[in-house]
Formats: sequence, C-alpha cells, structure tokens
Amino acid sequence: MLLSAHNLSVSRGGISVLEGLNFTLAPGRALILRGPNGSGKTTLLRTLAGLQPPLRGRVEAAPETRVYAGHADGIKSALTAHENLTFWSAIFGGGDVDAAMAAYELEGLADRPAGALSAGQKRRLGLARLIVAQRSVWLLDEPTVSLDTHATKLFADAVRAHLRCGGAAIMATHIDLGLDEAETFDVAPFKARAAALDSFDEAFL
Amino acid sequence: MRAVLIRDLRLAMRAGGGFGLGLAFFLIVVVLVPFAVGPRADLHQVIAPGILWLGALLACLLSLDRVFALDHEDGSLDLLATAPLPMEALVSLKALAHWLTTGLPLVLAAPFLAVLLNLPIDGYAPLLISLALGTPALSVIGTFGAALTVGVKRGGLLLSLLVLPLYVPTLIFGAEAARRGAEGLGYAMPLAMLAGITCGTIALLPFASAAVVRVNLR
Amino acid sequence: MASLWEYANPRKFIATSDLVLPWVGGLALVCLVVGLVWGFFFTPEDYRQGASVKIIYLHVPAALMAINAWLMMLVASLVWIVRRHHVSALAARAAAPVGAVMTLIALVTGALWGQPIWGTWWVWDPRLTSFLILLLFYLGYIALWAAIENDDTAADLTSVLCLVGSVFALLSRYAVLFWNQGLHQGASLSLDKEENVADVFYLPLLVCIAGFVLLFVALVLLRTQTEIRARRMRVLLARERMG
Repeated sequence: MLLSAHNLSVSRGGISVLEGLNFTLAPGRALILRGPNGSGKTTLLRTLAGLQPPLRGRVEAAPETRVYAGHADGIKSALTAHENLTFWSAIFGGGDVDAAMAAYELEGLADRPAGALSAGQKRRLGLARLIVAQRSVWLLDEPTVSLDTHATKLFADAVRAHLRCGGAAIMATHIDLGLDEAETFDVAPFKARAAALDSFDEAFL
Repeated sequence: MRAVLIRDLRLAMRAGGGFGLGLAFFLIVVVLVPFAVGPRADLHQVIAPGILWLGALLACLLSLDRVFALDHEDGSLDLLATAPLPMEALVSLKALAHWLTTGLPLVLAAPFLAVLLNLPIDGYAPLLISLALGTPALSVIGTFGAALTVGVKRGGLLLSLLVLPLYVPTLIFGAEAARRGAEGLGYAMPLAMLAGITCGTIALLPFASAAVVRVNLR
Repeated sequence: MASLWEYANPRKFIATSDLVLPWVGGLALVCLVVGLVWGFFFTPEDYRQGASVKIIYLHVPAALMAINAWLMMLVASLVWIVRRHHVSALAARAAAPVGAVMTLIALVTGALWGQPIWGTWWVWDPRLTSFLILLLFYLGYIALWAAIENDDTAADLTSVLCLVGSVFALLSRYAVLFWNQGLHQGASLSLDKEENVADVFYLPLLVCIAGFVLLFVALVLLRTQTEIRARRMRVLLARERMG
C-alpha cells in the first residue's frame, strides 16, 4: 500500500470542503479525481501532498514517497530548460535528466531559456520533473492543461511507464487518458455538509 | 542542498535577477547625503559610519521581497516544501544566498564609499569588520520578514514595517562599533555584542522562518 | 471540575464576559476618577517640578500598561500556539491597538512632562527610545493581522511575530541602554522603599494604576467579543459563498 486516507476531511480557508474520504492506493494503480470546479480536488491533493494538515482523519504514506505537481510548474524563466530539470534532479536525489527530457520530447529545447517556452512546452517541462523526482506517488492537479493531443499522449505514456514500475498516481483531470489501470473517484458525494447554524464551537462553525 | 544555493546565485546573476541593484542603491544613498547636509567635510567625517551602516541596511531591505515571493509565485516553493530538504535548511540557504548577492558586495563596497565621506583612516577596519559581522544578521532577520509576508500581495511596505524594528539592535551595535572605531575609541564591546546577535539569529531564527513559511503554504 | 480552558469556547467567553464587563468597566471608571481627581487636586506640588509632576498619574500607568499589554499578547500567542484556542489569538489581536494607544499616551505625556523639566520635547533617552521602538513593534503586529486574509494563518503568523518580536524588543532595550545612558529618572515604583516617590504621591498613583489595569481588561474583553463576532460573521459569509 503506497498511500491511504482514513476518514479524511480537508478544509479550505478554515471551512471543511470534503469529509469522510476513505481510499487506498496500491502500487501500479491510478486514481482519477472527478468533481465540479470548486469541489475541493486541489485542496485534497495539497492535503495528500502534506502541504496542509487534514482537518480530521489522517493520510498514511511512507515519508518522501510523494511528489506534487500543481497549477504552477515551478519553472524559473531565467534558467534554461535543462538547468531547471537539473536543479530538481539534484534536489530529489539525482534522477536521469536526459531520459526525462526524452520522455516529453524536450531534447531540442534543452538550451532554450524556460521563459521562451510556450505554455504547453512549460507544462511538459513541469511534468518531466515528476520523472526526475523518482518518487512512487504522483499527485497531479490538472496535469493536461495547455497540452495538445500529442503531448497528452506523451503524458499518458509517462504515467503508464510509471505505473508499470510499481508507482501510483492520483490526478484531478477531466480528460480521458485511456489508462486501463485507472479508477475514477468522484468526490461530489463527499461534499462537506454545513453544520447547524444555531451553535458554534471553538472553530466558529 | 548546494543545488538551491547555486540556483539562487545563478538566478540573481541572470537578467532580471536584481544583482547589483542593492549596490547601486547603496551608492546613491551615500552620494545623496552630502547634498542633503551640505558640503562640510568635518560633518561628513562625523556621520560617515552611521550613514554607511544605514545605507547598507536599507540596501539589504530593498531586495528582501524577492527572497520567497518569486518562488511562491511560480510554484517552486510548494515543490521545495515537498522535496527531501528540511524547510529550516531551505530558509537558511535562502538567507545565505541573499547575503552573498546583497550583503557581501555591500561590505566590499563600503570602504570605497567611505572615501567619499572622508572617514578617518582608523575607521576603516572597524567599519569593515562590523559590516562583515552584521550583514549576515540583516539577511537572516530579513528572511524571516520575507517568510512572514510570502502570501501578501505587494507586501514590500509591510515587510519594511515588520523588519525595521527587528533591525534596531543590529544597527545600534554595528554603527556603534564603526563610530567608536572612527573616533579612535575601543570598539571590542559593541563588536562582541554584534557577533552575539549574528550568531544567535543564525542559530535560532531559521526555525521561526521555516514555521512561518509552512503556515503560509497551507 | 471546571477547567480554565472552558472559557476558550467563544460562546462561553461571550456569556461570561458579558457578566463581568459592567463590573470591571464601572470599577475602572471609579478608580480613574478617584485617582486622577485625588492626584490632580489633592496632592502637594513637587518642590522642584511644580505642578507638572502631576502628569505622573497618566504617564506611569500608561507606560506600565504599554509593556503589560505586550506581555499579555505574548502569553495569549503562546496559548494559541500550544493549545490552538481561537479566543486566545483573538484576545491578542484585540489587545494590540489598546497597547499601542497606551504606548502613545506614555510617549505624548512624557514629551509634555519633559518640556518644562528637561527643556526639550524629545531626547533620545533609553526609556523614551525603547517605547518608541515598542510602538513600532505594535504597529507591525497590527499591520500583519490586517494584511492576512485567512484568520488562522494570520493568528499563526502574528503569534510567531509576537514571540520573535519579544526577543528583539528585549535586545533593543539593552542595545539602547548601551547606546545612550539617559536623562530619565529611575523607576517611579519599585519594591525598594528608598527609591520610591513620596507616599503622598504614591497612593493616588496606585489607584490610577488600578484604574488603568481595569480599563485595559474591560477594553480587551469588549474588543475580544467584537473580534469573536466579526470572526463568526466572516466564517458564515465564507460558508455562504461556498454554498
């Protein structure tokens, strides 16, 4: 078991958005989060990544097995594409930069300043970081934004390769990637119910 | 860990990195002071240590809002927070990078600017030593201020308001050492206090800064 | 057994402080009126300082409360960090403007007192300078609360600032003492009888101090209630937006 959530409730701005979540993630499996905008998918992913504490319940995962990719790619526009990836490789302990660039067909852009890349190319660079990080659980928030059909296919291939090697992924996306290993997980039924209005406790709710 | 330092130094050197801005600001402050107080060399001589210290402090302040804000905007800070690097180490490295790109050049430039203000010859050594000992504290304290205001849009003014009171002890002891040196008095005591403040802040403040960054990322 | 932490519940806090507030406020008013009238009209004039000595009845209590308000904020911040009681963080927030105003009163009355005695409105005396720095710390603390939208984040950040600020305020105090020995007289009150001001001035001063303490407590209770209600309102609005 790579990651599991037990009776997890997550909050945004002090207000509970999702509650009572229970799921487990086995090696080689992917979980695709579905739900309308604002339903708390980003908050859930950030909580799973350990960026914010759960409101209730707990997330169980071995330390340093998770890598998170959010809306922003964390790319420095003054550095070249290759320098950007080399930096993340050094931080995460030496993944193969060239292989990661090859997986997203970025070889030709290696020496180009990241600021001169298009939005889709930047996103590919951001996703290549996941390969370099060499971690088993990928937590992805809308990974296919600004990717074209071909790049989306590259991404699906990268995810498939990752799963084959015993990794796992949780992603919030609305695009069908054609992954056989993926289960869909709809967060809508777990929407937090508003507490009664007549009483309020220490948390003001 | 070295990767963060190298990246920050590289970013500072590249276009738009702002390297040298603090230095230019320092120069301008020192050049403007004689225009403000009049061309009296005897007066410049008296106020030179204080002006140089104040100029260095303000120049340090100038680049503080870049320490975390840029990494926060492009999402790097989120990713670094989940990386196998303790947050305490990250904020210490950030402070070190800030000192190397801002504090150290100021220390090296100070003797040349001191010439413009007719600093007495005895004053150079204490000025240089006090700045070298004091500017790391300015960077570490400033990093704490920058960590507090990470999530605030256009937090530059707030950052100054938070950091300037924290700079008071460093400024007092540092400028005092430089002033006493320039007047030919013993300056070991304020220098020792300054070194104490610097060591104390380097040892303890990163824990506060790290806690504050984590809170801001929630 | 009822625990002290029960009062950390916002509703319980509001209910209890509603009961206490009129008494504290009334007592503060009585103490201030008695102390100030006694001090201003029924004490002899100082043989050196004349009538201007009487500003002591505002200056000393305000200065005491300026420091004590910060100490109260420090304790409240620690309680928030350790026990996560929201009321504690809000009480610290409520106390800050009161403390800042007390600091301002101490500075202004000090200037008014200093003019006839020292011949100048302001000197860079260690005590005066320390209070000026304290005022800057208050302003920074208040500004940070105001700048952060999320209340929990703001509570965490300001608590850390209060902790770090306390250490640096103390450091500044010693730095300033080192920097300039001053004109200011020694402490007006101390346990050492030799140093104290004469008894005729002493008793009304104590009444004034009691008045200022009670006034501070009353204001902080009132402002904490306001903060709790404002906080509750923000939570309800946010919930409504989320649907």
